[in-house]
Amino acid sequence: MNKHATSNLKAEKITGGVATDQRHDSAHKHVSGTAVYIDDMPEPAGTLHGCLGLSAAAHATITSMDLSAVRAASGVVDVLTAKDVPGENDISPTGRHDEPVLADGKVEFFGQPIFCVIAETREQARRATRLAKVEYKELPFVTDIGELDPRKDKLVTPPLTLRRGDAAAAIKAAPRRLKGKMRVGGQEHFYLEGHIAMAIPGEDQDVTIYSSTQHPSEVQHMVSHALGVPSNAITVEIRRMGGGFGGKETQGNQFAALAAIAAKRHHRAVKIRPDRDDDMIATGKRHDFLVDYEVGFDDEGNILGVDFMFAARCGFSSDLSGPVTDRALFHCDNTYFWPAVHAQSAPLYTNTVSNTAFRGFGGPQGMVGAERVIDEVAFAVGKDPLEIRKKNFYGTSDRNITPYHQTVEDNIIQRIVAELEESASYARRRREISAFNANSRFIKRGLALTPVKFGISFTATHYNQAGALVHVYNDGSVHLNHGGTEMGQGLYVKVAQVVAEEFQVDLDQVKITATTTGKVPNTSATAASSGTDLNGMAAQNGARQIKDRLTDFAAEKYQVPRDQVLFLPNRVRIGNQEIAFADLVKQAYMARIQLSAAGFYKTPKIHWNRDKGQGRPFYYFAYGASCSEVSVDTLTGEYVVERTDILHETGRSLNRAIDLGQVEGGFIQGMGWLTTEELWWDDKGRLRTHAPSTYKIPLASDRPKIFNVTLADWPEASEPTIHRSKAVGEPPFPLGMSVLHALSDAVASVADHKICPRLDAPATPERVLMAIERLKGEANA
Amino acid sequence: MAKVTVRNEIRFILNGSDVVLTSVAPDATLLDWLRLDRSLRGTKEGCAEGDCGACTVLVGKLSAGGLVYESVNACIRFLGSLVGTHVVTVEHLRGEPGKLHPVQQAIVDFHGSQCGFCTPGFVMSLYGLWMKSPDPSNAAIEKALQGNLCRCTGYEAIMRAAHAISSYGKAAKDPLAVERKAITARLEAMHDGARVEIGSGKKRLIVPANVDDFAALLDKEPGATVVAGSTDVGLWVTKHMRDISPVIFIGNLDGLRTISEDKGVISIGAGVTYSEAFSTLAKRIPALGPLFDRIGGEQVRNMGTIGGNIANGSPIGDTPPPLIALGARLTLRKGKKRRTIPLETFFIAYGKQDRQPGEFVESVHVPVPAKDTKFAVHKITKRRDEDITAALGAFFLTLARDGTVADLRIAYGGMAATPKRASFVEQALLGKPWTEATVETAMAEYARDFSPLTDMRASAEYRALAAKNLLLRFFVETTGTRAPFQVSRNEAA
Repeated sequence: MNKHATSNLKAEKITGGVATDQRHDSAHKHVSGTAVYIDDMPEPAGTLHGCLGLSAAAHATITSMDLSAVRAASGVVDVLTAKDVPGENDISPTGRHDEPVLADGKVEFFGQPIFCVIAETREQARRATRLAKVEYKELPFVTDIGELDPRKDKLVTPPLTLRRGDAAAAIKAAPRRLKGKMRVGGQEHFYLEGHIAMAIPGEDQDVTIYSSTQHPSEVQHMVSHALGVPSNAITVEIRRMGGGFGGKETQGNQFAALAAIAAKRHHRAVKIRPDRDDDMIATGKRHDFLVDYEVGFDDEGNILGVDFMFAARCGFSSDLSGPVTDRALFHCDNTYFWPAVHAQSAPLYTNTVSNTAFRGFGGPQGMVGAERVIDEVAFAVGKDPLEIRKKNFYGTSDRNITPYHQTVEDNIIQRIVAELEESASYARRRREISAFNANSRFIKRGLALTPVKFGISFTATHYNQAGALVHVYNDGSVHLNHGGTEMGQGLYVKVAQVVAEEFQVDLDQVKITATTTGKVPNTSATAASSGTDLNGMAAQNGARQIKDRLTDFAAEKYQVPRDQVLFLPNRVRIGNQEIAFADLVKQAYMARIQLSAAGFYKTPKIHWNRDKGQGRPFYYFAYGASCSEVSVDTLTGEYVVERTDILHETGRSLNRAIDLGQVEGGFIQGMGWLTTEELWWDDKGRLRTHAPSTYKIPLASDRPKIFNVTLADWPEASEPTIHRSKAVGEPPFPLGMSVLHALSDAVASVADHKICPRLDAPATPERVLMAIERLKGEANA
Repeated sequence: MAKVTVRNEIRFILNGSDVVLTSVAPDATLLDWLRLDRSLRGTKEGCAEGDCGACTVLVGKLSAGGLVYESVNACIRFLGSLVGTHVVTVEHLRGEPGKLHPVQQAIVDFHGSQCGFCTPGFVMSLYGLWMKSPDPSNAAIEKALQGNLCRCTGYEAIMRAAHAISSYGKAAKDPLAVERKAITARLEAMHDGARVEIGSGKKRLIVPANVDDFAALLDKEPGATVVAGSTDVGLWVTKHMRDISPVIFIGNLDGLRTISEDKGVISIGAGVTYSEAFSTLAKRIPALGPLFDRIGGEQVRNMGTIGGNIANGSPIGDTPPPLIALGARLTLRKGKKRRTIPLETFFIAYGKQDRQPGEFVESVHVPVPAKDTKFAVHKITKRRDEDITAALGAFFLTLARDGTVADLRIAYGGMAATPKRASFVEQALLGKPWTEATVETAMAEYARDFSPLTDMRASAEYRALAAKNLLLRFFVETTGTRAPFQVSRNEAA
């Protein structure tokens, strides 16, 4: 018997509709080890394995490359170099032609792929790679942007300027002003599943590639360029990733292209799964920034004008550095109204791996800059930073124009912060901490409450489109496919909930299927927190087309007006009678009604003129706030997070269980970025933190000892988003800022809160201790 | 020495089945074998260096207390070291017919997985904990999960699930508990006292029959790689692709797995893991408990040995400084000959130890501090848990009746090319009153003792400053002040 026959035909509600707490669709497979990641797929017989050969110089011309020992090594079938790329040797995602698949005669960072060994086993490929004899003529190189002039030195992509009012004049006219500089570090994604691609050659020019990518369409297009074949020869599929976080938006292209090239050369399947160290060395990370700021303000702490320079370490190529540094500027206001503002970006060329997307996409770096300005002003006027924050928030009807001239129409930050301040007992704990610190010689407590406002939409307007493919089979079961990829964020189950809701069938009637370019073309990356907003809408649109046809069919067949056809849980009411959804579907099929539809959606209202720096790049904003308390050992700089309270909003949530996980996980990831996660290059330009032994992401024992996370139950999206829900992927990430500022607050206590600690990120125990020493020194000076 | 029989096969149990392998590469890892040879792909590779826990499996081994299941990192565990054990992978977990195992169901219900790639490893770590401790404290769960990285959830949902496991089933009714006797009998039958040798010439792996057999083998073949816990040597293979054969696996030699106390001296065999040593050391030398909790993750502590930590001679090994401060001695053995030296003298220079070809570390002897002495050890890292030392200081102090310093041994890791005493600092304090003023004065002497390096873990400046501040911390804690002297994970807020 078909499963749908057991659907409850009398239910008041379907199981698994929108606004219900559904488990991740794959949870039962995750826990039992049966969820299939690409490396778990059975390999076709004769599968070959690739391993990248990496540059051992930061900037050099290759004077000779002797690969004879590599070729002669046991099991080696082929060694690919730049000349073996049959099409274009380029995988630059924005078409700037500045990123070769394999370096050709010149290397621009330590660890750049220069050749690729193809062998019978992965082990053989890895061993052979080390036999290469490459000689370099070294060129001058720079890894640290601190050595560069953001106004003069080489950029990888054009900078952006945002301007509203006359910031210079406002700062000059302000009763008080100050200048400073902040360093905010980068971040390794550390998805638990590293990059991987498996290419299976087909007939003619065809290749199917299983790629751990957030952007299958881009992999498809890149591979087609690299092979010199049309896109219709390439199919890219991904069922799930073991984490992405932006690290698989563009960075999978290289592995997919090389696997595809080798697969076509040898007519065998080829898999490339880099070792963790190679993955961390050869793929991009979050951009680190140097932020120069100047601010004018009054004695009350009202900010009157701000000037920012956001200089970013972009690495050797543009990759996504243009939009990333743009988004940093888009968030240099965070939740604050800057009456006059001038903000510039400097996407600097460096001899490091090309930095890329990472959850927040530059936004968090911009916000950290804004919060530093707030701290500076608070210390200058001798007030609690929270007071300065609240004083400078965007208004709801005035003081609501952003530096990019978009009006903030949906501001709810005052209420979010007020509720959190109350629930976290901020004022009481502020007093308790002062008393504690007065009596504690070595251990100092710190407290901070920081807000978040995050803009939702791709700033590249054309990315704000999505497609879906919905089939209803003649037994009433539903097949769902869309352009979004599943990397753990729960996109698949949320979109399935939308479709179940639309058809009014139980969630288990909706089959979620792997994302593939063969079903939905020309998709956007699953990024910018947009996965559910875009694909949910596209899937809803697809389902509605079918539903419309079913409605028309039922109205005609049963001779009732269209408005008397109602989709009820697992059944349809037609006039006075109810029939099972599956039965109506069967009747429609027999009557030759099309039961498949391609859904489509494009975000309305948005536009952006980059040359003018004006427009409405964001459809809406998402808001939240967090409050953290820390203890710091002033002898060593070690610290623990004693407590964190979070109030975050996701509009009218499609699935609060999933959203809560995004908020908790986003906060911890953001905290890690600002505390223990440090990227460190040595004087040869080598990244030395390229494995979990040296690069430290948070552990369970780094969580706040007390961790209260609440999703606000009152907001809903001001715009007609999918069921009035809001994006939740990136917005919680900058909640981690409260930990940085709590640490800063604890540090400030050693100088009686008279000096702004200027604590840079990541605030490792070392940076904390050095800041303490500096403040003690300045206080005694 | 009694004549040793030689067997050319490895026997162990994988999940439900006995496994007999006659062809095994000396450096074959358990993870690759599971995934590539057995197509058991629930166990994942995340880092191949024992730091992320995605490859966690349980290994049941016969110990003095019976069959014990411990979480280990399959990525750096060599196949040859599994002789006579029961390997349990995520595929073996089962609940009541048609149902998930309690650990699995709890994680599902509490939304403890997102991308799911780390999840099998978390399942296995929590399973190992739950069997030992069905209702663990928050701290116990965090400790059991120190070796498991999750990048998605922020751990909160996993912690909620971990607390709920026992509401889904009873540990005592778990299949591994129910089958304990039968498995024990099967494992005992595998322990036939034979030496295992597979391969020939240089491509050879050997599991000696006993310690005497090992001593004789190593004496004859001093170039062999000796592997106890493989938490270091594992990386030589997975990361450096070094040829380590021939290999001698000593992790299961009962003669090296003893821990005993005689006349106030605890003797620890070189094959004793951190986990096995923990209860004795934490009880007899309480300051070592918190340190041991911060060595590696649980999987590494279940594999790694104190003997290995000493023998590899690393300047950032966590056990040598405290053991030096405690005045430990080391027994080395070559063939039938033994010698015992102060541990401190074992470390000659970077990469150079006082060990002859064919000689091995057999045991370490740690005096239990007398009641009127003070001992502390403090480790400084970027991340509190499962991180490699930036600087580690160990302090052993005896005060005279008049309050002056009668004896003081201070030893550091991470500050020099070897674990090293702070001799100038000690000299500055010996005979002086133990006061903050004298301590402050002595802190200036650190510059004469140490010129630390800058690397990815810490700068030279930070190491120097934090290291000398640890002396002040030690002073404060020895003077019995009630003020907290250290941030703590476990104290309530």
